[in-house]
Amino acid sequence: MSEEEEVFRIVVDPKDHRDLPRTVITDCPSDLMNKTGSWRTLRPIVDKDKCINCGICWKFCPDVSIHVKEDGAEVDYDFCKGCGICAKECPVDAIEMKKEEDYV
Amino acid sequence: MSEMKIVSGNYASAYGAKLSRAEVVAAYPITPQTEVVEKIASLVAEGEMDAEFIKVESEHSAMAASIAASNTGARAYTATSAHGLALMHELLMWASGARLPIVMTNINRAMGPPWSVWADHHDTLAQKGTGQLQFFCENNQEVLDSVIMAYKICEDEEIMLPGMIVEDAFILSHTKEPVEIYDQELVDDFLPPYDPDYKLDVDQPLGFGSLGMPDWYMDFRYKIFEAMEKVPDKVEEVNKEFEEVFGRDPGGLIEEYKTDGVDVLIVTMGSISSTSKDVIDELREEGHNIGLARLRTFRPFPVEKFRELIKGVNVVGVLDRNYTFGHGGDAAREIKDAIYGYHDPIVKDYIVGLGGRDLTPKILKNIMEDAISLQDKGLDEEIEWVDLKINQERWRR
Repeated sequence: MSEEEEVFRIVVDPKDHRDLPRTVITDCPSDLMNKTGSWRTLRPIVDKDKCINCGICWKFCPDVSIHVKEDGAEVDYDFCKGCGICAKECPVDAIEMKKEEDYV
Repeated sequence: MSEMKIVSGNYASAYGAKLSRAEVVAAYPITPQTEVVEKIASLVAEGEMDAEFIKVESEHSAMAASIAASNTGARAYTATSAHGLALMHELLMWASGARLPIVMTNINRAMGPPWSVWADHHDTLAQKGTGQLQFFCENNQEVLDSVIMAYKICEDEEIMLPGMIVEDAFILSHTKEPVEIYDQELVDDFLPPYDPDYKLDVDQPLGFGSLGMPDWYMDFRYKIFEAMEKVPDKVEEVNKEFEEVFGRDPGGLIEEYKTDGVDVLIVTMGSISSTSKDVIDELREEGHNIGLARLRTFRPFPVEKFRELIKGVNVVGVLDRNYTFGHGGDAAREIKDAIYGYHDPIVKDYIVGLGGRDLTPKILKNIMEDAISLQDKGLDEEIEWVDLKINQERWRR
């Protein structure tokens, strides 16, 4: 099951306020619903040849948007807001911030 | 068996929380509220009250802890005063937005500076926009009764909003009166245990208070509006039910004292209402057609009720023990707002008793005679500060 499929709310597809619970109540990590990646103006690009898989970017990412995989760091572009902390902290300069507009 | 005790307003509050079976009490002491916390701490320590008593480092934390407790499905209670209430401000709004029926007592006290510990309603009224229900009490019995009723109103599944009971500093908080402490079984029948449909539960994790993006935030706020619109009827309904069970009528939205067909209507809030009623009696004996409306529920403001009550009235004299700078006395302003387009009486706002300044029968009689005189001479001043040094001679004569 993908992450998206696991995501569900107490109310599915509310049409208006009558379908909503009385306040914001979620029975899932609701941040997974809110794809903050759309806020990004700069996109971190990982050069996997340079990446030494030290995990420093993973540790510093304030949005938990970096996953350490066997072949190096991987950015979750659904949620990365493009703050650039990973690029700043990378000890081998394996991450470069590039203009988002070149990718969309 | 119900039992009559001679207790302060603060103890009446504490007994109200005990009888309501509040399960979590988080509070920080502040004059003149301290005795509420002390009494509850001692009731819990002596095993007379089955509650978690949480000592916190501030009022902000007191409300935060109450919010967390209420989110787990516990009945939460707290109490504070003035600067403590102001420090809670952020979380008062969180509690209403999160739809948590936390009940608290605010022992109203003037805001400093000048530093003061005495009665003044501005602390409470400065929180009128936080989504809290606000019930102003006239005496200690009503304090106890209102705590019990507030839980019933706030926890109603159509309401689910927090509420505050308001009692005047020292005049009620530290003055002892006979108060009936009801039989626990009677209260249990009236107020069932709190059992919300959604709560924090480790076996079934839920997230509360997460982000509402612009395309949904407004719809959630509309739901609070809808709930608040239902409160006036609920207040009257619960008041009626309370009267049937306990034999007391605390007054619902507005307590009407000899208001039938009056020419002059005096509006009061809180403890000054008792003295004012005596003065009303005196003036009526002298032949004046005057009555009193005690504004008991300030939030939600009883708009409809005022529209009914003010029909045919020539002069409305509002005694505001508060002042919002750049605005006026809150009760007078809101009454005018409520009757706009319906009735057009003279409305005069008397600013009285700030910071605990005493309101004697003499002063109250002068105010009411002034209101009566407006029928012939018309409105002189829209807002008048009563019993200042510069006009004391006039009001105390």
